[in-house]
Amino acid sequence: MALMFSLFMQGIQMMLVLLVAPLLVGVVRKVRARILLRRGPSILQPYRDLWRLLRKETVVARNASWLFRVAPYLIFAAVWVAAALVPVFATGLEFNWTADLLAIVALLGTARFATALAAMDIGTSFGGLGASREMMVASLAEPAMLMIVFTISLLAGTTQLSEIANFVASQPIGLRISLGFAFTALLIVALAENARIPVDNPSTHLELTMIHEAMVLEYSGRHLALIEAASATKLLLYMSLIISLFLPYGIATNEAPLSLQLFGMLVWLAKLGIGAVLLAIGETVVSKMRLFRVAEFLGAALVMGLLSMIFLFVFKGI
Amino acid sequence: MSMQFVMGALLVFWVQAVLALFRASQFVRLRYGVTMLTSVVILFAGMGFLLGSAPVEQIALPLGLPDIGMRMRIDALSAFFLIVVNLGGVTSSLFGMGYGLHEKRQGRVMPFYSAFIAAMNMVVLADDAFTFLISWELMSLTSWALVMSNEEKETRRAGLVYFVMASFSAIMLVFAFGLLAGANGSYGFDEIRQSHPTAISATIVLALVLLGPGSKAGVFPLHVWLPLAHPAAPSHVSALMSGVMTKVAIYGAIRILFDLVGPSMLWWWSVPVLIIGGATALMGILYALMQKDLKRLLAFSTVENVGIIFIGLGLALAFQANGMVTAAALAMSAALLHVFNHSLFKSLLFLGAGAVLHATGTRDLDQLGGLIHKMRFTAVLFLVGAVAISALPPLNGFVSEWLTFQSVLASPDLPQASLKFLIPVVGAVLALAAALAGAAFVKAFGVSFLGRARSEAAAAAQETDRFSLAAMMLLAGLCLAVGVLPSLAVDALRPVVDMLTTSGLPPQDIGPAPLSLVPFADGRSSYNGLIIMAFLLISGGMTAWFIHHFASDKVTYGDAWDCGTPEDSPLAQYTAESFSQPIRRVFGTSVFRAREVVDMPPPGELRAAQYNADSEDPAWRFVMNPLSRLLWQVTRRADILQRLTIRKYLAIVFAWLVLLLVAVTIWH
Repeated sequence: MALMFSLFMQGIQMMLVLLVAPLLVGVVRKVRARILLRRGPSILQPYRDLWRLLRKETVVARNASWLFRVAPYLIFAAVWVAAALVPVFATGLEFNWTADLLAIVALLGTARFATALAAMDIGTSFGGLGASREMMVASLAEPAMLMIVFTISLLAGTTQLSEIANFVASQPIGLRISLGFAFTALLIVALAENARIPVDNPSTHLELTMIHEAMVLEYSGRHLALIEAASATKLLLYMSLIISLFLPYGIATNEAPLSLQLFGMLVWLAKLGIGAVLLAIGETVVSKMRLFRVAEFLGAALVMGLLSMIFLFVFKGI
Repeated sequence: MSMQFVMGALLVFWVQAVLALFRASQFVRLRYGVTMLTSVVILFAGMGFLLGSAPVEQIALPLGLPDIGMRMRIDALSAFFLIVVNLGGVTSSLFGMGYGLHEKRQGRVMPFYSAFIAAMNMVVLADDAFTFLISWELMSLTSWALVMSNEEKETRRAGLVYFVMASFSAIMLVFAFGLLAGANGSYGFDEIRQSHPTAISATIVLALVLLGPGSKAGVFPLHVWLPLAHPAAPSHVSALMSGVMTKVAIYGAIRILFDLVGPSMLWWWSVPVLIIGGATALMGILYALMQKDLKRLLAFSTVENVGIIFIGLGLALAFQANGMVTAAALAMSAALLHVFNHSLFKSLLFLGAGAVLHATGTRDLDQLGGLIHKMRFTAVLFLVGAVAISALPPLNGFVSEWLTFQSVLASPDLPQASLKFLIPVVGAVLALAAALAGAAFVKAFGVSFLGRARSEAAAAAQETDRFSLAAMMLLAGLCLAVGVLPSLAVDALRPVVDMLTTSGLPPQDIGPAPLSLVPFADGRSSYNGLIIMAFLLISGGMTAWFIHHFASDKVTYGDAWDCGTPEDSPLAQYTAESFSQPIRRVFGTSVFRAREVVDMPPPGELRAAQYNADSEDPAWRFVMNPLSRLLWQVTRRADILQRLTIRKYLAIVFAWLVLLLVAVTIWH
């Protein structure tokens, strides 16, 4: 019975991340529009967009290979699985242990690898441009992310996200220098990984500045819908990750009764809402960087990640 | 029992090598087939030994030097490396049964091919310093002959550099064994194990191991021969050299450091090993990113992976010397598993590159493109290798890097402050190298297999033969199997790890579900490749089902959109050079002094615009070129010795004799 309940909650989470993700994007867009004194589309618009894309016919370039058509499914599946393994409203879900934080980061790497390859499949100059820039960004963002993972797992003594969330939630709130560094670095990495301003602009089609959009330029119809859904889910994943690593307060455990789990869900949604507002504010007050400034920006994240880890090593012993 | 089979197989290898001296261009497929079967025999002997935890077997052959003979031995470590060597031997020979027929001058390949495999097996089996050195030299010479088998102009330079570096590594080994054998000159490995060297001589041995087997494995900055020599050989030999021979060199390092020197290890030895490992990993992959020759890119990526293995070994050293046995076992398992994994995917990638080379006649990435349409199966198999080497789940490369990261995370418990600072930095370097490897292999696969053909040769490419495909399928299947069932692989390594670090990992069946990988304890960290794979398949399948039932599955084929500005010429695609330009700018300007010079004529002038990008190799600039200049000067001075009178020669001989006698007396 306990197993059934646990499996059920895992299934709930898998569906929940998928369903909430477009809403998150809608909220970010709406808040951003309001700050710019526009009315903005409804927060449900991303759902309508996805549905419209799904119903449209798909245009595929003549020289596309199987890889181009398979990639959206792989990208979506990898991001979805990764998102399902991040504890959002309850820790210790049935499958949390199958992949630790390192594996979740690597799953997102698999999705990125597939995106970059799909971008190069048609043989257009924009596809190559996007793939090349994306891999440059990733080559800095990924190690920075791993440094953050190292810091946090050293602190909690585990790389299992559930255990980390339990650990942080059960500790008295205290400021640690290394956690401060790690938090800042994670914010930078999250912005870069989700192609947000100031690294990339998700709503641009200006040739010279785009990274992620350049990669998916050739996609249309259901393929594009999958890629859009994957990037929305990825945004949700990163926000949930920040929440469960640094602010897991209110999260339930898997043995908790249903009411606590529901409470955990509400708290999580509230935190996501705050995160969406902060993201929208951040995106309106900052402007996009030149491509090669991005390297310095992410380099800063890498150095901060490393510093946070070294601080931890220094204070843990000696 | 294993030993008899192995000895018989070695004999077959050598007989074949001799037979191939005559009429080498006939029965090529048969010859490769026999080599493959012979490798299969040793492969099974090694697997039987390792999985059946058989007792150590020794044999003394009546060959070689009087009184010493030729001693050979199979223990867990040898058995593991026998598997690595002969798995490479099997797949390369299978590939050769198809690909090898196209070789123009069989007489330059066939005799050396099976001798090369035999020599690598003998290095792994050797139980005394003489046998080890002779086998090592045979391995170097046969592979050198294979490198020299084609007649391109650049091959000469590759051959020269390789020859010099191979001699260098052999000399370092001679010194290392000389020190280990001590003044009494007991060269059997058993005797060396008994005599515990002093701290000073053990430390010199460490330096010699890093220089000797290290240069053979390709550690920075002694890797310079590797990217020249490996690509020059025929592709199935490149696969053996990169996938297997570098591992034999690593075997040498492990055998000497962990087994022969063993208990005399000092904790600070891990510092140079970790620094060299980190530098090798990072520099190797940065070099690989700059390449536009497919096989050179792969060769440089071998340098990176050797660095990762050395990081694992350095961590194992640090933990072992501090008595942290579980962590040492974890780091050692990570290093050994990466040895195995790299031999799989690097062989796969080199064989794939060989298929491309045969189909198009070029290894220049900028002449390739669109091969996924022409070589459908090769493309899939190369893609498997590319994903595996980029350390992405659910394939095997991720598993060994995950284990390495886990052992990095065990380091705060180390008592030494310097290691506490160094290991996080090495962890960062490892993470950086892993991320850059992803970029390098998006480039390698993307530029050669995806997009549109950049040359007529690429447009006319055809799928490779069945033997070659079978060889690649075998390797790709193993990459997937190890990635999905990592705990079985780690369990199989247990006897080796037990032998080297006194205590293995906890048995892997304690995890929350069968087949999970659990380095320390349940709850601290675990990974289950099988479930991740199943998750990916299920969620991908569900998505496809959903779209099939609820969304439009109409497809229209049209022109590429390309933001409204499509370009007809395939030359407008990103090339190898342009793909790596952002990374070049970020990382290359300081390390490689990468420069870009754009010469844009003002309007009205008719000359063509020019773009030049060049870079310098720090290993040549700061290490190799000064060394070769020094060598040149020294030999010029030494030239005087050739024009002396007989009296002076006699005096020199006498003085030298006295000097040696004095040295021996002092040593005693």
